[in-house]
Amino acid sequence: MRRILFLARAEVLHIVRDRATLAQVLVLPILQLFVLSNAATFEIRNTPMYVVDFDRTSASRQLVARFDASGHFRIVGQSASLDAADEGLLRGDVTLALIIPHDFESSVVRQRSAGVQLAVNAEKGSAAGIVQSYAMQILNTYAAELGTTFHPSMISVRSGDAEPVPLPGRARIDVQVRHWYNETLDYQHYMVPGLLVALVTMIGTLLSAQNIAREKELGTLEQLNVTPLTRGQFIAAKLLPLWVLGLVDLGIGLVVGRAVFGVPMRGSLLLLLGTAGIYLIVALSIGLWISTLVETQQQAMFVTFFIVNIYLLMSGLFTPIDSMADWVQVVSLVNPVRHFVTIARALLVRGASLQDIQTPFAILAVSAVALLALAIRQYSKRTA
Amino acid sequence: MTTKALGGLLRKEIYHVLRDRRTLAVITLMPIVQVIIFGYAIRTDVDHVRLAIVDPAPDAATLELRSRFGATDTFRVTATLPAAHDLEPLFRRGLVQGAVLIEPGFGDNLGRGLPADVLIVTDATEPNTGSVVQAYVLQVIQAYERERGATSSAVRLVPSVRMRFNPTRESSNLFVPGLMAFVLTIISSLMTAITITREKETGTMETLLVSPLRPWQIIVGKVAPYLAIGFVSVLGVIVEARLVFNVPLRGSLVLLLAEGLLFILVSLSLGILISARTSSQRVAMMGAMVGTMLPTMLLSGFIFPIESMPWPLRAISNTVPARWFVVVARAIMLKGIGLSYLWRETLVLAVMASVLLVLSTRSFRERLE
Repeated sequence: MRRILFLARAEVLHIVRDRATLAQVLVLPILQLFVLSNAATFEIRNTPMYVVDFDRTSASRQLVARFDASGHFRIVGQSASLDAADEGLLRGDVTLALIIPHDFESSVVRQRSAGVQLAVNAEKGSAAGIVQSYAMQILNTYAAELGTTFHPSMISVRSGDAEPVPLPGRARIDVQVRHWYNETLDYQHYMVPGLLVALVTMIGTLLSAQNIAREKELGTLEQLNVTPLTRGQFIAAKLLPLWVLGLVDLGIGLVVGRAVFGVPMRGSLLLLLGTAGIYLIVALSIGLWISTLVETQQQAMFVTFFIVNIYLLMSGLFTPIDSMADWVQVVSLVNPVRHFVTIARALLVRGASLQDIQTPFAILAVSAVALLALAIRQYSKRTA
Repeated sequence: MTTKALGGLLRKEIYHVLRDRRTLAVITLMPIVQVIIFGYAIRTDVDHVRLAIVDPAPDAATLELRSRFGATDTFRVTATLPAAHDLEPLFRRGLVQGAVLIEPGFGDNLGRGLPADVLIVTDATEPNTGSVVQAYVLQVIQAYERERGATSSAVRLVPSVRMRFNPTRESSNLFVPGLMAFVLTIISSLMTAITITREKETGTMETLLVSPLRPWQIIVGKVAPYLAIGFVSVLGVIVEARLVFNVPLRGSLVLLLAEGLLFILVSLSLGILISARTSSQRVAMMGAMVGTMLPTMLLSGFIFPIESMPWPLRAISNTVPARWFVVVARAIMLKGIGLSYLWRETLVLAVMASVLLVLSTRSFRERLE
């Protein structure tokens, strides 16, 4: 035990002394959190749109105003020329073009139904579907309001409570909407918990792979092998500081997430840290395993980046698991990152209890034991 | 004499690349695997929504409404509950993404012309899913309402939606151009930076310098094998995209490859610049990661829409070469347009290339003397 502590202290000193590593450990994660939470999202905000209004009536102008006021869209141009809209789409300056036909208002009044055209530049980002659904939502809400202004009876997405008046012979449904767990639909609340997982993953896997690969490259691994230290002690001493470091980083991330992004913390933080402790064993084991495959730091870095990249992209961190192809969903069940992302979001945002997250938790625990055993075996075989 | 020496250096470099099997495997496998991942995993469409329905007092009207949710492909009704308090655990476990709560006496109210209340609850942990689910549910309810109230005075706005340039919104169509940029960045910037720095770190750069080789020949010799790998990878990505996902190439292949070359020039200069400014592989790696690879992934509009980012990031994204290349590559592949539309982006890339080329050769020479 004392030997482990000695080596562990040496490791800590190494990390603290090397400015590059320290930056990698302390500055990069925070930077990552700030940049990623703003960049790596499919939030729809300020999407450039072009309006072709052939109608030029108060109804059409109001519709345009709705789009403008929604915050999802930013009107970059308006004219009565289809060519201009097309040009904008082709040039890529415009993501959505709204075309209002010249009989818009009169159709609304006479036929109570009017057509509009939406042209989405589906080449832009994979968010075209979301752009469309936001546009439809604005149309729907506006239609409902038009209904009430012309006939104060029908569907209303009601905000205040007014005394209902019976209107025999007419069906009407009052719909209220409630967005649970994230009433303001704040995208950061979704991204930050996931990004914390990415942060822990990078620290755990990259540092452990790189760290051991460096000893190999420098030849100091041989030296350690001839000391009375056993392989188990060596691994424990190498991984323990990184394990603590991962938890510290998560702690810092949580504080920043709370203070800067106002991320909710509805569930038990202790449970989150406990899960992180288990998850870090998984991440460190993967790093250890990678270090047995490679000879140099460069390789360690490449292989780690390759594997972590795949893990993160398939984890549901950036895009919902439910949207993925069916076979990807099945494959992602063996992806530990997916489970920790699920748990982190469930705990922080939904306020889940241990019982709610028992399945992903159990999978993580089993992976931790299995991967650690595998990695240690692999490591001992390679260096024996 | 020196051309022979250059040949010798090239051969040595090729051996180096071929000998390091693991790096070679990662470089060649990465693009292939990523095309698959991006094609199948990076999607944002919401379908097969897991829906719970809370119907405390079923009657003919509620049954009719419920059957409508069961009838569409959009929803999968996974739970029908008698009371709202059973809903919370389902949401917390992520078993349902949305719920429709129908008030007791729904049918009665509807029949008497009183407003019948329905509450839509969504799991807005992921905000886009939350609002899309809301829109879907609302659509079903509104359709039902229209049919019930035959004398409806509700206004309908009927949008006809056209998805331009990518009607089926195949995600692979969007990612392939971006992946090309990504692969080229990794190979041109990252690998170049590392391989030149390694020569420095191990002290062999000095040896090369006293050889009859000129500095530019050293660089060419170091860079050429990676260029070849990069070009092959890009062609591989295009072929794979074509065979597996049927990604179109509507514009000119020659123009695409020419723009690719321009982009490679930019990335290479960046790589050389990084290697000239750093002395250890680790720092070069970090520099290349933070300076080229991450921006290519995050700020190029390759995966995430740039418009939605706050202005500082949007401003930074303009300095990322990949951002311009992605626009160009996408436009050529999906829209089939040519230089008359893309001259702006091409100009930006050309300016970047010339500035970086001058900077990198200068700083490389300075370091050598």
